[in-house]
Amino acid sequence: MLFYNTRVSFLERGISVKRLTLFAGHYGSGKTNIAVNYAMMLKKQGFDVVVADLDIVNPYFRTKDSEDELKKMDIELISSQFANSNLDLPSLPQEMYRTVQDKSKYAVMDIGGDDAGAVALGRFAPFIKDENNYDMVFVVNFFRPLSRTAEEAFEIMKEIEAASKLKFTSIVNNSNLGDLTTVKDILSTETEAEKLVALSGLPLKMTSVKESLYNELNDKTNNLFCLALQNKIF
Amino acid sequence: MAEKVLMKGNEAIAEAAILAGCRHYFGYPITPQTEIAAYMAKKMPKIGGCFLQAESEVAAINMVYGVAGTGKRVMTSSSSPGISLKAEGLSYMAGSDLPCLVVNIQRGGPGLGGIQPSQADYFQATKGCGHGDYRMIVLAPSSVQEMASLTIKGFDLADKYRMTSMILADGTLGQMMEPVSLEEAVINDYDKSWAVTGTEMKRKKNLINSLSLVPEELEKLNFERYEKYKLVEENEVMYEEYMMDDAEVCVCAFGITARIAKNAIAMARAQGIKAGLIRPITLWPFPEKVLEEAADKVKGFVCVEMSMGQMIEDVKLATKCKKPVSLCNRVGGMIPSPEQVLEKIIDADKGGNE
Repeated sequence: MLFYNTRVSFLERGISVKRLTLFAGHYGSGKTNIAVNYAMMLKKQGFDVVVADLDIVNPYFRTKDSEDELKKMDIELISSQFANSNLDLPSLPQEMYRTVQDKSKYAVMDIGGDDAGAVALGRFAPFIKDENNYDMVFVVNFFRPLSRTAEEAFEIMKEIEAASKLKFTSIVNNSNLGDLTTVKDILSTETEAEKLVALSGLPLKMTSVKESLYNELNDKTNNLFCLALQNKIF
Repeated sequence: MAEKVLMKGNEAIAEAAILAGCRHYFGYPITPQTEIAAYMAKKMPKIGGCFLQAESEVAAINMVYGVAGTGKRVMTSSSSPGISLKAEGLSYMAGSDLPCLVVNIQRGGPGLGGIQPSQADYFQATKGCGHGDYRMIVLAPSSVQEMASLTIKGFDLADKYRMTSMILADGTLGQMMEPVSLEEAVINDYDKSWAVTGTEMKRKKNLINSLSLVPEELEKLNFERYEKYKLVEENEVMYEEYMMDDAEVCVCAFGITARIAKNAIAMARAQGIKAGLIRPITLWPFPEKVLEEAADKVKGFVCVEMSMGQMIEDVKLATKCKKPVSLCNRVGGMIPSPEQVLEKIIDADKGGNE
């Protein structure tokens, strides 16, 4: 299975993987899906990684939906004991502290949507800043109604930084229209993505696409990331 | 950017309401519909509209009553327990013949129940909700695109008939994301000379009120209102027929369960069982005629519902019990699987149901 367009691992390409990778962004931008796929990619490349679900906002469509797939790959999932239950309780388990305190393991953290969701990250921010070995990735889908432009996305970015007390370090362009996404759709968002890079001064870490578009886009886009696992019920 | 956007069902409702000219939203947060309020909170201040988080559902519906009295387009949204709280206000709105749009993104019940999807507020939506003799137009979308289009339609019908339109969806439709194209809504200009807009000393004052002290007059109002409801029943029924041309088993489902039913119908057809679907889009007025006609052609009906069986009563009434009607259901936040529906279709095909 292809994951990165150079077909070599991060390490072989000389890109250092930070111990913590945090995915945050507008709700519905695709954070959870990317987090799960990213953790699987790290695991395949030999990293000892855990997935931490810090989403205290959204009660539906969570990392918990991918628990079986993660388990099969021997990736631990730390999430609220109430995730996918009938209880809408915004809580995080005490185990969550392991992700910031146990430095022997890599962690991929799935942050809740918008500034409201990023509030939960605030209490871990001092640990994360102290260790200073993290990549906080802003996930953007320019087909989402409240982040159609780089300016709108930048506004959300600032709100999340204020709520989480952490600064972003890179960007993922996850623009898509679900099942109907075409190669053309993704290419059409490149200008906005570049604008966001210019506005924020942050690098574009990768462009993420569903598996069926991966091959066609591979020679057209830098740092393409394949979202092989898609949890879809309907 | 592109014409299509990727939206959650809840967001599609909110954006469509804005396109339909709604500039007043009053609500109180409850899962799984909170994105409607969140979207309105972000958008309304930017377009000169009003978003107000009320102190409770009861307050919110009475704010809706106030704006509706001025003839402006206004809405509120909630999920099951919150709609129960709004029931009193909905009855007052009906008694005052006021138009508004109310959204119910249903969750499991009764009581506080849970936050996972449900269709168990069918009775509440179609059989009254609050007290007294009245009806609401109940629209049941089954895709994110329809969440948008039926919201626009709902505002139009509300103005046309001076009554409440309700969008009855469930947590899954509210939360799931699908591509949507949002087009400019056609906003029809209905007579609103009844609205309270200030007389400027030029006309007789209008009064918005549901209190009637004289029994003879209150009776007359009720009779007149039901004449109006008859017009709605005659003119506004909406439904979708899917593979019904040669169908021998008719599945009846609305909203999210209709999507599951379509998958089950494909599986049944692959086995040589001629199944089809009638999907009511208006739950009130209920598509009685098409169901009665189907009863003369099919062996039986299968109602797929995320409730203990509520719409099934209307299906039995509409078909005058000419053919067996069986129930295929999950409740409490659970969703039926296509396999479960298929099993019931096979039973109905053998004539073994009920």
